[in-house]
Amino acid sequence: MEQKITTPITEEVTTKLHSGDYCYITGEIYVARDAAHLRMNEALDRGEELPIAIENSTIYYMGPSPAREGRPIGSAGPTTASRMDKYAPRLLDLGLKAMIGKGKRTKEVIDAVVRNKAVYFAAVGGAGALLSKCIKSSEVICYDDLGAEAIRKLYVEDFPVIVVVDSEGNNLYETAIEEYRSI
Amino acid sequence: MKIINTSTITSTIKDMCIKANHYLSSDMNAALKEATETEKSEIGKKILNQLQENLEIADKEMIPICQDTGMAVFFVEVGQEIHIEGGLLTDAINEGVRQGYTDGYLRKSVVKDPIERVNTKDNTPAVIHYNIVAGDELKITLAPKGFGSENMSRVFMLKPADGIEGVKNAILTAVKDAGPNACPPMVVGVGIGGTFEKSALMAKEALTREFSKRPTTPWVKDLEDEMLEKINKLGIGPGGLGGTTTALAVNINTYATHIAGLPVAINICCHVNRHVTRTL
Repeated sequence: MEQKITTPITEEVTTKLHSGDYCYITGEIYVARDAAHLRMNEALDRGEELPIAIENSTIYYMGPSPAREGRPIGSAGPTTASRMDKYAPRLLDLGLKAMIGKGKRTKEVIDAVVRNKAVYFAAVGGAGALLSKCIKSSEVICYDDLGAEAIRKLYVEDFPVIVVVDSEGNNLYETAIEEYRSI
Repeated sequence: MKIINTSTITSTIKDMCIKANHYLSSDMNAALKEATETEKSEIGKKILNQLQENLEIADKEMIPICQDTGMAVFFVEVGQEIHIEGGLLTDAINEGVRQGYTDGYLRKSVVKDPIERVNTKDNTPAVIHYNIVAGDELKITLAPKGFGSENMSRVFMLKPADGIEGVKNAILTAVKDAGPNACPPMVVGVGIGGTFEKSALMAKEALTREFSKRPTTPWVKDLEDEMLEKINKLGIGPGGLGGTTTALAVNINTYATHIAGLPVAINICCHVNRHVTRTL
């Protein structure tokens, strides 16, 4: 099924999404990857506030290439989500509702998705030029010193993603492969 | 004796970095196009179409094909009859990477130290493999390597008794484990034989071989064909979302090895299998 959704992606939205659905996201989303997740985790350990509004937020695992003049961003495709698995359950428990990345997640993350009625989307890996066309604005909001790994806020329009793990824990990476496996 | 100045090398490398990150070789383009026609899954077909559209946008608007513009890996064949003047060859190559990644709006993805992890901010140092060859040419191949697929690569130190079946299992295991993480459809580079590091080096270099250039040893050619067919039966498909196109090619290089060993390295590359070669 194809559907258009707008952020913030709340529980009301996630519970209507099913593994295998094709979605187009419009609205504000955050960008964070390895180093930013490590810093957020350390901030939480110290009892500090997160630098982003985590409630009902969407995080896109991505580190863009530099923008040419007059453009909001450079190439901007998803990075491998499993590197954020260590940190994702904690953020999900704090209110993170949607993650966009590529690749498998651990059982701990999938359990946290179900527990918090969240969702894990995949964007097409290696389609960074195409995906950059859906990003209308980009602003570094913290950890500027991390360069490509800084936390950004994007405004996206009709950003194409596929529901991999839905709020019930169905996992497209497992089900879809079985359909085409012949050895 | 031919004299080559390092400034020529630097400017050539700079161009190569920019070119490799915006255009794929014609064999990669053709393989993607063919896969789009043969793919059986609807969502797989959709993804393959998006990948082709992505290549068009990258080319037309000068946006890197993938945001992970990689760590710059070089294979350099130095003809022993050339003389390089103007400084060190390695410095000239790194300067070309620095200029290419900075002026070409490419992502700087290299950290100085694997534990301290501070970005060098210019994508240097490159990883450079030199080989001394006959003649008076300097042949440089650049293969910027993204780490989504690099992280899924493996080396297996098999026993001679494991034989060719062991090799097949190793390749299938690596691809199966890589699954959606390696951005399929992938290109699978394999090195069989040599030592621990030689097998890995062969696997990496195999990724830069044009698909039309087939191995001359019959069993190697047969193994490439068989593994491509088997990998595409795994069902992983484009984006790992199910389908009949999991790999576009399997390229295997081999070398002599020790009586006690059978090293097998599998270097996986995503569908953005970038490589450019220039000869000076």
